[in-house]
Amino acid sequence: MPSDLPGGSPGAAVPNGAAGDRGGAPDVGSPPALDVRALGFAYPDGRTALRDVSLRVEPGERVALLGPNGAGKTTLALHLDGILTPAHGEVRVGELTVERSTLAEVRRRVQLVFQDPDDQLFSPTVRDDVAFGPANLGLRGAELAERVLEALDAVGMAEHADRVPYHLSFGQRRRVAIATVLAMRPDVLVLDEPTSNLDPAGRRELGEILDSLGAALVIATHDLPFALQLCPRSVVLDDGAVVADGPTADLLADADLMSAHRLELPYGFDPRSVPPARDPRVGRP
Amino acid sequence: MPGHDAPTDGLLVVVDSPVHRLPAQTKVVAVVAVVAVVVLTPRGAWWVLAAQGALVALTATVARLPVRLVLRRLLVEAPFVVFAVLMPFVAEGPRVQVGPFSLSHAGLIGGGTVLVKATIGVLAAVVLAATTGPRELLAGLERLRLPAVLVAILSFMLRYVGVIADELHRVRVAREARGGGQGDRAGLAAVAGGVGTRFVRTYERGERVQQAMLARGYTGRMPALGRGGATTAQWALALVLPTAALMVLLVGLAMTVPR
Amino acid sequence: MHVPDGFLDVPTSIATGAIAVGAVGVALRRAEREIAETGPALPGLTAAFVFAAQMVNFPVGAGTSGHLLGGALAAVLVGPWTGMLVLTAVLLVQGLLFADGGLTALGTNVVNMAVVGVLVGYLVARLVLRWLPRRARSVVPAGAIGAFVSVPAAAMSFTVLYAIGGAVDIPLPRLAGAMLGWHLVIGVGEAAITAAVLSAVVATRPDLIYLARHLPAEARAGEPAVAPGPTVKVRTGARPLAIGSVVTLVVAGGLSLFASADPDGLEYVGEAMGFGTAARDSAAATSPLADYALSGVADPWLSGSAAGVIGVLVTVALGLAAAALVVRLRGRRVRPEPSGVG
Repeated sequence: MPSDLPGGSPGAAVPNGAAGDRGGAPDVGSPPALDVRALGFAYPDGRTALRDVSLRVEPGERVALLGPNGAGKTTLALHLDGILTPAHGEVRVGELTVERSTLAEVRRRVQLVFQDPDDQLFSPTVRDDVAFGPANLGLRGAELAERVLEALDAVGMAEHADRVPYHLSFGQRRRVAIATVLAMRPDVLVLDEPTSNLDPAGRRELGEILDSLGAALVIATHDLPFALQLCPRSVVLDDGAVVADGPTADLLADADLMSAHRLELPYGFDPRSVPPARDPRVGRP
Repeated sequence: MPGHDAPTDGLLVVVDSPVHRLPAQTKVVAVVAVVAVVVLTPRGAWWVLAAQGALVALTATVARLPVRLVLRRLLVEAPFVVFAVLMPFVAEGPRVQVGPFSLSHAGLIGGGTVLVKATIGVLAAVVLAATTGPRELLAGLERLRLPAVLVAILSFMLRYVGVIADELHRVRVAREARGGGQGDRAGLAAVAGGVGTRFVRTYERGERVQQAMLARGYTGRMPALGRGGATTAQWALALVLPTAALMVLLVGLAMTVPR
Repeated sequence: MHVPDGFLDVPTSIATGAIAVGAVGVALRRAEREIAETGPALPGLTAAFVFAAQMVNFPVGAGTSGHLLGGALAAVLVGPWTGMLVLTAVLLVQGLLFADGGLTALGTNVVNMAVVGVLVGYLVARLVLRWLPRRARSVVPAGAIGAFVSVPAAAMSFTVLYAIGGAVDIPLPRLAGAMLGWHLVIGVGEAAITAAVLSAVVATRPDLIYLARHLPAEARAGEPAVAPGPTVKVRTGARPLAIGSVVTLVVAGGLSLFASADPDGLEYVGEAMGFGTAARDSAAATSPLADYALSGVADPWLSGSAAGVIGVLVTVALGLAAAALVVRLRGRRVRPEPSGVG
């Protein structure tokens, strides 16, 4: 339930991860949460998915990844977690380079929310599913149960812990999917099309949940108003390459850029008419 | 009180009963054991079979399962029932005349026995499924030392069978909405093509599930489902049913042994 | 095909249970590396798919419909060992939760469908594949023939078990004849469904098919497919027909000996319903294969065998025709094979 959310005070949300533990405001000289350097990737069938992508995300920063279908957003997201291995370039998470020996720690820090919650909720019950990640980290017993409850609370799904994922509504499944990754207390949350198939109320609730988190967010989406609402900064990806990087409001107002990359605002929506997203890193103790 | 409209969650009937509260592993063992005793019962021992059937039916009552729901679930599609019905016609031995048919006496007894035994077996399995949620069943099988890989496969299977069945259903609805007829060759091609496309989707979902698992630190071992074992008292309670069935069988045998 | 409780006696059930445990144990060991690579999700979802697909009724003509058993399909897609685990999982869930197949008959059902069905389907498909052009698309006819043979093979496995420990004595030739006749028909449906599913997979993700992994990938995405030459069509159509006929003739020719001079399963039903005599005058009775015995051949054993062989030939032809039709519908053929097969 949205009313259960710790609204208004992001610092009060419990699973806001190590980003909050470190004291919030980015130190000058501390490594970025994510640093993608000249990343290139081609699928085994020869299709080039990413070419020379570079992207830096600071701790606690929120970045929207915009682009049409097939632009390479999902492929990039899978690299951030080390599920795909770069053909060229590298991905760094904090001070770690993503490689075989660092995978376990990388996957604790960076968490993916997949486009279809049914892909993410693979366990017999909601509780089992949220416990899956922390159990892989070695948590057991009361500590594990506490972590599960905390994550479910953050998305307002605690009372559904013993339900079967299949019997939940789509919006509920999306929220549980987010709980499964919050239970890992990540530094960076990467969400793939989080608003797809959500009704307007579900979409608003999702926005509130995400806004309450302290972790850095990378949101791959073509829901432009959602990007504008949550992310001060946007990166436009098309045909596997970064074509623009800047304040979300500025990019959305650039009609030529938008139309060149099949990005369209909803009818009647003027990005200059709404206040831009606040930077969560500003004004934090 | 077991009303006709007891809430169900999938196959599980959501009421509280002593049978529901038993750990799944004790129920699985009890059901297999009672069915084994039933199968051991010699053919034609009608009173023994009737008593055993009554015991299983009594368990269904103790589990507070609605009668109508149990009866409906007994009607599983069982082509082998036809097989049992045909036995009197095809079995060898002396024939008896029943109406217009000449039937094998041994086939009548055997076919009837098979039918009764199979029905008791189905009834026992219905009670198990109606009192045990899928997750509890998995935990029970894990406790019974079913290999972990098989438990994991079963877990994913139970999680996604509803999703896939829905998808296949939608394929059929879409085909029928476009006027696809049944019973013709085009119908076969259309159904099978839809099923084939679904398989690719299923497989790709399997790959994404694997990615989602890796993303949350999966290293090749699924977390255990079990929440503690069953107590001796629970085992004893569960085994009341097969023990009673065995007693009935032994008494029945003792009474029919010629002296 | 799901055997309920009480059909086989307890010793036979225990024996099949032991065989099943042993076979599944071997499968677990052999599939270990594969599953470590792909994770348990893929076989789990394959099992869910097979389970769901078994509930889909496919129209197989003449107003009847059949459903997939899926053993050969699973074996071709995920390999024989993982396939055995997939079918075992399906049978476990059906037995424990859906009361489909008895719990004491679980071993029997695993042996018939998960072991015999999967292994026969896979081995036949592999054998056939050896004679086909080396490319991914060949798994479609190979898998179809494997699927076709796997169904009567599983039925014969049941017959053998019933002969050993059946609850009621039924003349074995009659039982074998009924099971074989009925399941040859089901096998045609199985072959067609398997072919359709496989060709849909070959068209989009040939890399997913276990049986095709060692074959050179064809028609990479982006490369336009070359229009087919007429010779290709003839070759790819004729080969599986020849191989399939040989394989199934060997299997079914011998088995048909049991079937001699006995009515088939449908006629059993007819007799049971009280129109046994009427059925003799029906169209089926005047067909050359009525009662599985050729009227022109004097020796009943020989004639039964011949009828079985012809029945198999017709069935294989039908199955391949359906498979070829689907292959042709699903995607255009690529260039002819540069080198021969031998």
